[in-house]
Amino acid sequence: MASLFQRRRNKATQVERVRERRHEGFLRYAGFRWAKISGGLCLLVIISYALIDVTPRHNGGSWYGYTLGTIGAALILWLTALGYRKRKMTSDHWSLKAWTSAHVYLGLGLIVVGTWHTGFQLGWNVHTLAWALMMLVILSGLYGVIVYATLPQALSNNREQMTQMQMLEAIRAFDRQLHTAAQPLTPEDTAPVLAALDEDPFAGGVVARLSGRYPDCATAAALRTLTLSRSSDSEAREKVVGLLRQKEAALARLRQHLRIRGLLEIWLYVHVPLTFALIAALSAHIISVFFYW
Amino acid sequence: MSEPVKVAIIGSGPAGLSAASRAGQLGLSHVLLEKTDHLSDTIFKYQKGKRVLATPERLDLRSDCRFAEGAREYILGNWDEDAANNKVHVAYHADVVEVTGAKGAFAIKTGKGDVFHAENIVLAIGTQGNPNRMRCEGADLPHIIYQVDDPEDFKDRHITVVGSGDAGIENALGVAEEALENTVTILNRSKDFARAKAKNVSDMMEAGENGLMSIRTETQPKKVETGWLTLETPDGDERIPCDVIVARLGSVAPRGFVESMGIEFTGPDREAFPKLSPTFESTVPGIFVIGALAGYPLIKHCMNQGYDVVEFINGNTGLTPADEKDLAAIFAGLPQKKSVSEWLEYLRTRVSIFADVSPLQMREFMLDSKVVFYRKGEVVFEKGEPGSSLFAIADGFAEVEVSPDFTVPIEQGSIFGEVGLISGRKRGATIRAGADGIFVEVSRTAALKLMASVPGAKRAINRISLERQLLQIFKGGLTVEDLGPVVDTAEVERVPAGKVVLTEGEQGDDVYVIRSGSMVVEKDIGGKPIFLRYLPAGSFFGEMGVLSGQPRNATVKAAVGSEVIKLTGESFRKMLAARPQVREATEAAVAERAQMNSFIESRKATYSSAVDLYSDTASFIMKEGLGEATDALLIDENLCVGCDNCEKACADSHEGLSRLDREAGKTFAHLHVPTSCRHCEHPHCMADCPPNVIHRGPDGEVFMEPGCIGCGNCMRNCPYGVIRMEAAPPQKPSLLRWLLTGFGPGPGEPSPKWTKKQLGDKKPKKIAVKCDMCKGISGGPACVRACPTGAAIRVSPEEFLSIARLDEDTD
Repeated sequence: MASLFQRRRNKATQVERVRERRHEGFLRYAGFRWAKISGGLCLLVIISYALIDVTPRHNGGSWYGYTLGTIGAALILWLTALGYRKRKMTSDHWSLKAWTSAHVYLGLGLIVVGTWHTGFQLGWNVHTLAWALMMLVILSGLYGVIVYATLPQALSNNREQMTQMQMLEAIRAFDRQLHTAAQPLTPEDTAPVLAALDEDPFAGGVVARLSGRYPDCATAAALRTLTLSRSSDSEAREKVVGLLRQKEAALARLRQHLRIRGLLEIWLYVHVPLTFALIAALSAHIISVFFYW
Repeated sequence: MSEPVKVAIIGSGPAGLSAASRAGQLGLSHVLLEKTDHLSDTIFKYQKGKRVLATPERLDLRSDCRFAEGAREYILGNWDEDAANNKVHVAYHADVVEVTGAKGAFAIKTGKGDVFHAENIVLAIGTQGNPNRMRCEGADLPHIIYQVDDPEDFKDRHITVVGSGDAGIENALGVAEEALENTVTILNRSKDFARAKAKNVSDMMEAGENGLMSIRTETQPKKVETGWLTLETPDGDERIPCDVIVARLGSVAPRGFVESMGIEFTGPDREAFPKLSPTFESTVPGIFVIGALAGYPLIKHCMNQGYDVVEFINGNTGLTPADEKDLAAIFAGLPQKKSVSEWLEYLRTRVSIFADVSPLQMREFMLDSKVVFYRKGEVVFEKGEPGSSLFAIADGFAEVEVSPDFTVPIEQGSIFGEVGLISGRKRGATIRAGADGIFVEVSRTAALKLMASVPGAKRAINRISLERQLLQIFKGGLTVEDLGPVVDTAEVERVPAGKVVLTEGEQGDDVYVIRSGSMVVEKDIGGKPIFLRYLPAGSFFGEMGVLSGQPRNATVKAAVGSEVIKLTGESFRKMLAARPQVREATEAAVAERAQMNSFIESRKATYSSAVDLYSDTASFIMKEGLGEATDALLIDENLCVGCDNCEKACADSHEGLSRLDREAGKTFAHLHVPTSCRHCEHPHCMADCPPNVIHRGPDGEVFMEPGCIGCGNCMRNCPYGVIRMEAAPPQKPSLLRWLLTGFGPGPGEPSPKWTKKQLGDKKPKKIAVKCDMCKGISGGPACVRACPTGAAIRVSPEEFLSIARLDEDTD
C-alpha cells in the first residue's frame, strides 16, 4: 500500500514539475483555472438574478439574497485565510501560488456576488458600509495584482544582482572613503561632506520612499556645494567630488530599490486593516439583519 | 640512550594516548612521544569551551581513557588524569625526525637529538601535519595561535595575521568583520598574493580599501612581545600594538615522513592511506599505524584502535574488534546463521571485486554496507530512482529489465548499480532478484574508498560500467562479446569545465560516452555560438562523424569537470558492421538529433531573438555551475515580489534556520540563481566529512543526518556557498500567538538579536546546515510551495533546457 501511495505521489510531483518547468505565474495558474471558476460563478449569478423572479423585488433579504450573502460571507472569510495559509508551513501538499490565484479571481468575483446580493439597494447604513469596505478591499487588492504583475521586473533590473545588504554596504564603503578623502579639505568644504556622512539612507518618510524624491538629500547638497567651491586643494576636492558622485549613484539605486519594494508592499497596509474593518462591519451587518428580522 | 621499550607510541592524540594507556595497564614497557609540552595537541588547540562530539553513537568505546561528549577542557582534563592513573610514560618535546632499524630494534631520533629504542612502533600522528611555526624572537608566546575557530571570539582586539595564503586571508576577513571592531593587520612577506585564490585576494583588497584591515606587503614579524609586535618593513622596523597573532604559514603533510620509514601507501593520490594488515601493521613489520593517519578521523575509532593495537602487539590475537556487534547486526537479518568472520570470508570469496580486499578493509566496507536477502522477483531498485550505491551479488542472480518484456541476467559474483556510483545519475533500469539470493549494497563512500585502495576492484568496476553503459545506450542486439574490442581500445579522459572535446568543422570519427559530468553542444549560427543541447552523463556524442564521415557539425564542450570515454571510430564501425540492427538504432538517434538541430536553425531564422535568449540563458545556467546540479532552485524575477516567503517557509519547515538566500546570487534575463543547494551529481560537500553524515536520499536530495561534528569541511568544500555553520535557534511562540498578540519574532528565521536574548549566556554548538529538499515532508520543497506568485521553481538542467522551452518561448 505504502508503495502505491508513493508512486501516486511521484506521479503528482511529476505533473507538478512539468507545470513548474513552464513556470506559469499565479495569474496563469493551471490555465486560468480560477479565472474560469470565478467567471462562471459571476455569470451564474448575473443570469440567475435576471431569470429568478423575486417578489416584491430583488434585495438582500429574499431567499436569493440570503444565498448570495452566505456565499459572499463565506468567501470573505476564506479569502482572509490566505494570510494564515501563507505563514503556516504545514507539511501537506499545497501550493501558495494556487491559493493566491484563487484568492485573486474569487476576490474579484466577490464584486458580483456582493453587489448582486444588495439587489442594488444602497444607502447610508451599516449594510452599505460593509459593501463599501468590501469594494475598497477589492480595489486595493486590484492595485496589488497590478503591481505584482508589473513591478518585479523593474526591481530585478534595478538591483543588478546586488542584495539590499550589499547596497547598504556599498554606501558605507563610500562613506569610509569619503571620511579619509575629506581630511585635506577646508572647513567650509568639510561641513557638507560631514553632513552627507551623517545622512541616514532610510530617512525621508513614506512620501520620499514611495516617490523616490529626496529634495533634502545631504549627499546631493554636498555634491552641489563642492562642485562650485574653489576653496580647497583642487585635487583633493576632485577626489571627494568623484566619491560623492559614486555615493549618489549608490544611494539612487538603494532608493529606487526601496521605492519599488515600498510600492509592492504599501497596499497591504490598506488591504489588511480594511479586511478586518470589513469583517467587523460584516458581523454588524449580519447580526443586525437577524436582530431586526 | 634510553632503555629499549617494547613499544614506542608516536603522537599523544586520542589514538596514541589510548594505546599508551593500554600499554600502561598491561605493564608493557613503553614510551609516548609528544612533540609539544601537553597531550593531544590538536584538541588542545581548539578554542576554549569548544564542544567535542562523540560520534558515532552506535560504536562502543573500548579504552582505558574516558571519552564522552563535552567541552574541550573537560575532555583534556579527563585524559590528563587517565594518563597519570594508567602510568603512561610520556616524553614531551619529543619531535620525531627519523626512524631507523627494524622490528625488535627500532631507533627513534627526535629533534632534540634524543634517541629512543623500541621493539615496535605505533604511529598515531594524525593527518594535520605540523603547522609551520613562527621563527622570530618570542615565537613561543601563548598569544600566537595557529587557527581561528570562531571569529566572534575576538572583539575589540589588535590582531595580526601572519601569512597570506587562503587560510590566512580567510581568518583575517573573519576577524575583520565590522561589528567585531577588531583592528586587523595582515602581513605578507612578498609583494603579491600568488598563493591565494583570486576571490579571496579581491575580498581582502576590498576590505583594505574600506579600512577594515591594513594590508602590509614585504613585511614580516621580527619580534613578538605581549601586546606588541615588531615588524620588519621595507622602510625599517616598526612596532605595532598586537594582542593576538594568527600564524597561518602552511603545514607539512605527514605523508613524506611516513614514507621515509619505508611504509607503503595504497596509491599516489591524496586520499590514499598506508597499507595495513588486520592488526594495523604497515608494510614495515613492527610499525603499526592507527588513527586519522590510518583513515579513521573520529575520536572514538582512534581510541578503540589504540587499545586494540597494543593488545595485538602484546600477542592477544584472539581479540575481536569493538565493531564486532555492529557487523553482527548487519548480518543478523539473513536466513543462514554464520559468525561475522565466516560471513566476511563468504562475501570475499563469492564476490569478485572483494577478492583483493584485506580482512581489515572488509570489516570497514561492511560497516558502511547493507547485506539484504531478496526473494525471487523482488525489486532491488527501480528505473529513475536516484541512488549512488553499488550492489554486489553474493548469492543468486539479478535481472535487469531492459524493456518490459526483455531482461538480461547478471550472474552471482558480479555487481550492478555502478552507473549511479560513477555518474551520480538516476538508476538506468529496474533490477529484480532473479532467484532468492543475497545482495550486498555498498555505500558510495565505501565503494569509492574500495576503488581507491584496491586497484583490482577499480579496474573491474570501470570495465563493467563501460560495458553496461554501452549496452544501455545501444539497447538490445548487443552482447558483451561484441563490445570486447570497443572496450579494449577505450580510454578514459578527464575534461576540465569549459574545455572543448569536439570542434565544429574538424574531421574525426571517435565516439565519446560521458562517464561523469555533463556537456553542452553548440553550433555556430550566424557567427554566434548557439546552444543546441545539454548532454547529461550517460549520453554519447560524436556518432554522426562515424556514420557519415562528414566533419563534426557542432562543438561539444564540458559544462562542468567531466570524464569521457573515448571509443575509436574504427572499433565502433566494426561493431556496427557486425550488428546491423544496432546501426539502425544509432542512425535513428542521429536522425532525431539532426532534426532537432535543424529545428533550432529554422527558429533562428524566424525568431532570432528568442533563440539567442534561449542560448544565452543556457550559457548563463552552465556558467553558474548548474550543469552539475540535479535539482536547483531558480527564481523568475518577472514574478518575484521580494516577499522572502520562500526563506521564511524554509526556516519554518526546518529548525528555524533558512537554507537559502533568495537575494544573493547571479541573475540573467530575470532568471535568478539564488544561493541554495543544487544537490550536485557528485556533491563537493560529501568529499571530506569525517563522521560521514552527508548522504544522498531516495528522492535525490543530498542531506545531512544527525551526527555533524561542526568541523566546517563541507562548508569550505561547497563551491556555491550554500552551507551555513549555525546553531538552531530556540523554539518560537506559535504562529497564532504571534498573529493575535504579536508575541515572538513571527514567521521565518528569528533575528540574531532575538535568538541571543533567548539564549542568554548559552552558546550552542554550531553545526552545518544545508537544504535537504524538505526530505520527509510530504508536500515537497517548502520554498516552492510557499511562493505566492509562482516565481520559485525547482528544476534539473535537462528539464530546464529542454527544447520544449524554446518551442514555448517562440510560440
